[in-house]
Amino acid sequence: MAIRRILIANRGEIAARIIRTCRKLGIETVLAASAADRDSLPARLADRTVCIGAARPGESYLKVETIVQAALGTAADAIHPGYGFLSERAPLARLCEASGVLFIGPTAAQIEAVGDKLRARAEAEAAAVPIVPGGAVESTHAALELGRRIGAPLLVKAVGGGGGRGMQRVDRLEALPAALELAAAEAGAAFGDARVYLERYVASGRHVEVQVLGDGRGQVVHLGERDCSVQRRYQKLIEETPAPHLPDELRHALHAAAVRFARRLDYRGAGTVEFLVDAATNAFYFLEMNARIQVEHPVTEAVCGIDLIAEQIAIAGGADFTLQQGEVRREGAAIECRINAEDPARDFQPSPGLVRVADWPAGEGVRVDTHITAGARVPPFYDSLLGKIIVHGPDRTTALTRLRRAIAATRIEGVATNLSFHAAVLEHPEFERGGVDTGFVARALRGNAVPEA
Amino acid sequence: MSLTAADVAEIMRLLEASHFDELELEVDGMKISLRRNAAGGAERAAARGAPAVRAATPLAAAATPGIASAAPAPPADPALCDVSSPLLGTFYRAPKPGAPPFVEVGAAVEADTVIAIVEVMKLMNTVRAGVHGTVAEIFARDGELVEYGQALMRVRRAG
Repeated sequence: MAIRRILIANRGEIAARIIRTCRKLGIETVLAASAADRDSLPARLADRTVCIGAARPGESYLKVETIVQAALGTAADAIHPGYGFLSERAPLARLCEASGVLFIGPTAAQIEAVGDKLRARAEAEAAAVPIVPGGAVESTHAALELGRRIGAPLLVKAVGGGGGRGMQRVDRLEALPAALELAAAEAGAAFGDARVYLERYVASGRHVEVQVLGDGRGQVVHLGERDCSVQRRYQKLIEETPAPHLPDELRHALHAAAVRFARRLDYRGAGTVEFLVDAATNAFYFLEMNARIQVEHPVTEAVCGIDLIAEQIAIAGGADFTLQQGEVRREGAAIECRINAEDPARDFQPSPGLVRVADWPAGEGVRVDTHITAGARVPPFYDSLLGKIIVHGPDRTTALTRLRRAIAATRIEGVATNLSFHAAVLEHPEFERGGVDTGFVARALRGNAVPEA
Repeated sequence: MSLTAADVAEIMRLLEASHFDELELEVDGMKISLRRNAAGGAERAAARGAPAVRAATPLAAAATPGIASAAPAPPADPALCDVSSPLLGTFYRAPKPGAPPFVEVGAAVEADTVIAIVEVMKLMNTVRAGVHGTVAEIFARDGELVEYGQALMRVRRAG
């Protein structure tokens, strides 16, 4: 069916981003906003805004029944969940399926298949996608046995976790029993699922992920990879495409593995298959699949010239999926910086408040995705993302030059930001060379190459 | 001391219930500015023109977009207070179709008097007056979508 009105169950820059594409497509938008976001930019941009509850996410953005009721009550055909919040919660997808509202995303069953990290590992194995040595642990005894076989250092991970949450590193086997107990307790509290599993810890790795689009009937194309190795405590800060200095053979193997994995699930919609690339050996391992649009999707859009939100909407509406792999052309290089309201001088503490000045950059190859204008408020209840600065250029060197200029031209006052951190990373010789691993930020902060740590 | 998210939510709730449009609060170096969006809504709607809306649908039925413009002005008389919806859902004035409404204009209410039902996905939530007085005005219409915090009725306080 043709989608004519979409309820957006999200906030911030991604809500504004979704509204922009809807306008282009002639689709009406209803924003489901919390009381803290009634005056936000997305609320002003949407055709209608309905207030779904109090500021705290548990009383608004995370309420499945309220979101679906808001869609039904405003006669919306579909719900776009954005990222975070309910985007990867199977109950929302399932209630949509039962209520005759289209969920712009994968099926509830697919969300469950990739949300359970052990099951995702099994699916990867079945799709001949390499996984990090490891497995489920039923008891401390079995865990020690598995740990001995794999060898330390190890990671204890939560089956219901993801995105770096719910992980414990174990350097010596003797520390494993205590780490298991702690990880299980934390996982139970954070994800409502106390199950944990073991994986070998890969010391020097790059985070490389592949964007895929599937039609839910077995047709899957990839839109190339993104390198997201510039991370602090597993939170991505800078993402780019193509991944620098990746041997072509490895790049193609990653793309093919992602497509195999998504095809095995008959994946529907936009998704990302994340891999850990062992920088020393150029081996790669499946990490997880994210069953949603991602924060860093604009770098892919920049090089492909494809609107991923429009593709999501088309697939959800059941339009014939005509995009062929051979038609996907990737041109040049794109880099994104996440501008957060957090203070590098105070261990990156969130810095909510009133934004007095918000001068975002413009210029050739520069794109800014943001909901922050002068006078906007950054509420303390949500993540601290203020906006994303994305640059595109014919090659990485040009893109980097444009990005440095764009960061220097950005002025945010009223809240602390990580702009100085970005400026320093972009000047760092290791980043300039390209192909850093996920340990880069921690090393650079220790070495004080990046200021105010 | 510093403010927790719960504190801020409570402060916002208090502002919502007050007659003030703005609140600036500075506590121990943390500054909070809160503003209700009542004034800006209509201007914004006018500035960006009427949205493209299909006829005969709930979206079109709301005369103007944006939540602020649909809300009645807060009562000027301090003896009047608004009963707002505790959640988003479908508003019902009666316990079931065809039954008499819980209250009519002029009805006397106590704090615990049920004045309406708000349904969320088949779950019926009762709304209580929360104040002792007389129903002065009923804003919400039977069967329509009401939002969190939307004024449903106006009550004249007793005494």
